[in-house]
Amino acid sequence: MPRFHSLTAALVAAVLTASCSTAPKQADRAPSRLSRDAQASEPVYGGTLIFGKGRDATRLDPADTTDGESSIVTENIFDKLLHFQEDSTAIEPGLATSWDVSPDGKTYTFHLRQGVKFHDGTPFDASAVKINFDRQRKPLEGQQFEFWQSFFEPVVDAVTVVDPHTVRISLRENDATFLSNLAMFSMGIVSPASLATHGADVARHPVGTGPFRFVKWEPNQKIVLEANEAYWGGRPYLDKLIFKPVPENAVRLLELEVGAIHGMNGLNPDDTARVEDDPELSFLQEAGMNIGYLAMNNDRKPFDQLKVRQALNHAINKPALIKAFFADGRLGEAAKNPMPPTLWGYNDAIRDYAYDPARARQLLAEAGYPAGFEMELWALPVVRPYMPQGQRVAEAIQSDLAKIGVTVRITTYEWGTYLDKLGKGDHQAALIGWIGDNGDPDNFLYNLLDASNARKGGSTNYAFYRGQAAHDLLVKARRVSDLSARSRLYEEAQVAIHRDAPWVPLFHAKQMAAVRSNVRGFKLHPTGKAQFARTYFAPANDALGGSR
Amino acid sequence: MIAMLLRRLLLLVPILFGVTLIVFGAVRLVPGDPAQVMLGERASPEAIARVRESLGLDKPLPVQFAVTLDRLAHGDLGRSIVTGAPVTREIGQRFPATVELGAAALAIALAVGIPLGILAAARKNSWIDVLSTSGALVGVSMPIFWLGLVLMLLFSAQLRVLPLSGRLDLALDLAPVTGFYLVDALLRADLAAFRSAVLHLILPALTLATVPMAIIARMTRAAMLEVLGADYVRTARAKGLGERAVVWRHALANAAIPIVTVAGLQLGYLLSGAVITETIFSWPGIGSLAVQSVFSRDFPVLQGCVLVFATCFVLVNLATDLLYTRLDPRLR
Repeated sequence: MPRFHSLTAALVAAVLTASCSTAPKQADRAPSRLSRDAQASEPVYGGTLIFGKGRDATRLDPADTTDGESSIVTENIFDKLLHFQEDSTAIEPGLATSWDVSPDGKTYTFHLRQGVKFHDGTPFDASAVKINFDRQRKPLEGQQFEFWQSFFEPVVDAVTVVDPHTVRISLRENDATFLSNLAMFSMGIVSPASLATHGADVARHPVGTGPFRFVKWEPNQKIVLEANEAYWGGRPYLDKLIFKPVPENAVRLLELEVGAIHGMNGLNPDDTARVEDDPELSFLQEAGMNIGYLAMNNDRKPFDQLKVRQALNHAINKPALIKAFFADGRLGEAAKNPMPPTLWGYNDAIRDYAYDPARARQLLAEAGYPAGFEMELWALPVVRPYMPQGQRVAEAIQSDLAKIGVTVRITTYEWGTYLDKLGKGDHQAALIGWIGDNGDPDNFLYNLLDASNARKGGSTNYAFYRGQAAHDLLVKARRVSDLSARSRLYEEAQVAIHRDAPWVPLFHAKQMAAVRSNVRGFKLHPTGKAQFARTYFAPANDALGGSR
Repeated sequence: MIAMLLRRLLLLVPILFGVTLIVFGAVRLVPGDPAQVMLGERASPEAIARVRESLGLDKPLPVQFAVTLDRLAHGDLGRSIVTGAPVTREIGQRFPATVELGAAALAIALAVGIPLGILAAARKNSWIDVLSTSGALVGVSMPIFWLGLVLMLLFSAQLRVLPLSGRLDLALDLAPVTGFYLVDALLRADLAAFRSAVLHLILPALTLATVPMAIIARMTRAAMLEVLGADYVRTARAKGLGERAVVWRHALANAAIPIVTVAGLQLGYLLSGAVITETIFSWPGIGSLAVQSVFSRDFPVLQGCVLVFATCFVLVNLATDLLYTRLDPRLR
């Protein structure tokens, strides 16, 4: 793709003036290229921000979607009982200001924020919470409450209105992840009045209590939101927020360069340098909540032997992979644990297996494979954030393993078949990954590595790892409510898992976005949420004088 | 005449049945389960079974086909797997955008292609002929994906005279009446919206028009050359008619039938070209809807899109045939 930087620069003044003409024109201090570093500058109210993304939303009912293109919109319209903190997946009050947990960990009592109104003017209260929980038990035609089914249906027993500002949720069993689960986008509280009026079509008429109010949705053209003047967390700085679907990544970047949009996600990795070199644009990145890994099937030879698994951990040159596939660390980092470092409970004291082919050969010899062996490696057939180029990563690993005498045959299947066969344990070794949901270590460690999830035909533990020590710790951590106690249990579990080496942990991909350099206070969250509530336009003269 | 019309319209029923059968089979042969695509890594067997059941995908294929046909007979195309909305609504919202784009492209193709072909034939082997013939060759061979991006880079990114994508400036609000923005803007006497809609239409229409324009120009040239060599043209010239009258009145009338045939056939191309053009220019029509439905394995929407394409194609062919009878007195 040709570049037009000089021309772009020549026309910048006109475009900028046009794109933020609604922003008040007062001087601003402390200009900075990176808008997220520019928190110190005085925020100004006003303006319409247009955000470009790859596809249109599918449903604007938070409970009725698993789709990131929809949740990026609904997260601005709806509040949850609890929210994730701005920079982490720790919990903070949302529509619930405080909560009590019964000693047996089965009853949660939430004290609700008072005086909050839905965008349609109806009051938010305990019965609204109850209606939102209860409706997910009875989907209407066309509705899919997938997160409810996975996270809540197995544990939630009953929701009781204690008084208008207190609601009690009783669980069938103690579930320490319950509070984190309540902060997931799917638990956004929808106006009961709109549920009653629209039925399943509420997905096209979203009414919440969040920082932005829904105005209109023209399919495949735009979704328009405007500031909720009465937001309990303070009115957002922007007057309007518009989401525009632009399917082609290259076209979306052109739109950003000419100023037709002010922010975008879904940047081509090859275009990051172009954004960084453009003084009119800011490149944003944030740690992601994901992991890409090599699962060695512990049920199958030769990976039933610890020394073989450790040998592979020593043989794969992770720094080289990061260099080749994640722009030398700008787009992702090497993984040493089975969960990303953004989560609480991450054990940073663990030292990764060093790249050491000699040590790997020695371990193989000790395991009885002095001449190496042949193996089949499955390569990811689709582009996933944690592994943008599955086939090429497999080829790089193939050449690394050749150096220790292991001959790799690369195989792949169509994505659906791939997951299905992985769940059945048909693989010897496979590349795969996970994107976290609720920011709880349990969502990675228990899901992906606990013995109870290593069941043929429906496994999510694709390594079929059954380490007893790890199992005991992971199960215990599900039942304890104290956060620091849980955190310690997960740190210990990571030690056990590191020792047993069921995987070769490979990558944690970062999230990327680009904004025009006068856009300030825009933040990506580890969960993938884009935070617009504190976003504003810096006055034009500041943006033009922005330092490099 | 009426009988022919009725017969042709009745023929639409078996054609659409056949199309439905083929599309139904083809989309289910594509690897990938919509439930799987929807759930990604979290696709546990239980979750897949649950989603498949709620979508009716757990039933045997013949049963699914029967349900589809039954619904179709009642004018119901089912519900989108992805959005949960009725397919008729999904398509209805986007159909005018595709028709507007297609009509603009066809207008450009005819307005440029026919005169170009005539000129080339009238001045055979002149520089106009060489230019138009080689231009047509380039036009036919050019990948429109590439052409779209080049036009965009030139007119939108570099010269900044035309918008990059979409149908209307996002700051403008045009309450839909017909869904055709040019018409709606005029009905509402909203000149700013009309101007914006025209500007947004230019590049995608030009991109989409390239191939049909080239084909029409070549066909016109060939048909005209044949006619210009005929005896009656020599007679017309012999009796002293001016070249202009010979070419535009006598020859063109007789060359019209193959030109109309080719122009009609171009509609099929316009529909398939719309799939690409709409995706590049973020044009919210059926073409881009079809692309999305392929990626998400949204069977009902994909079926709906193909049925709409097929119906359009059949109806346009019918219209072309009707036009013949106007152009050729012998067929009346």
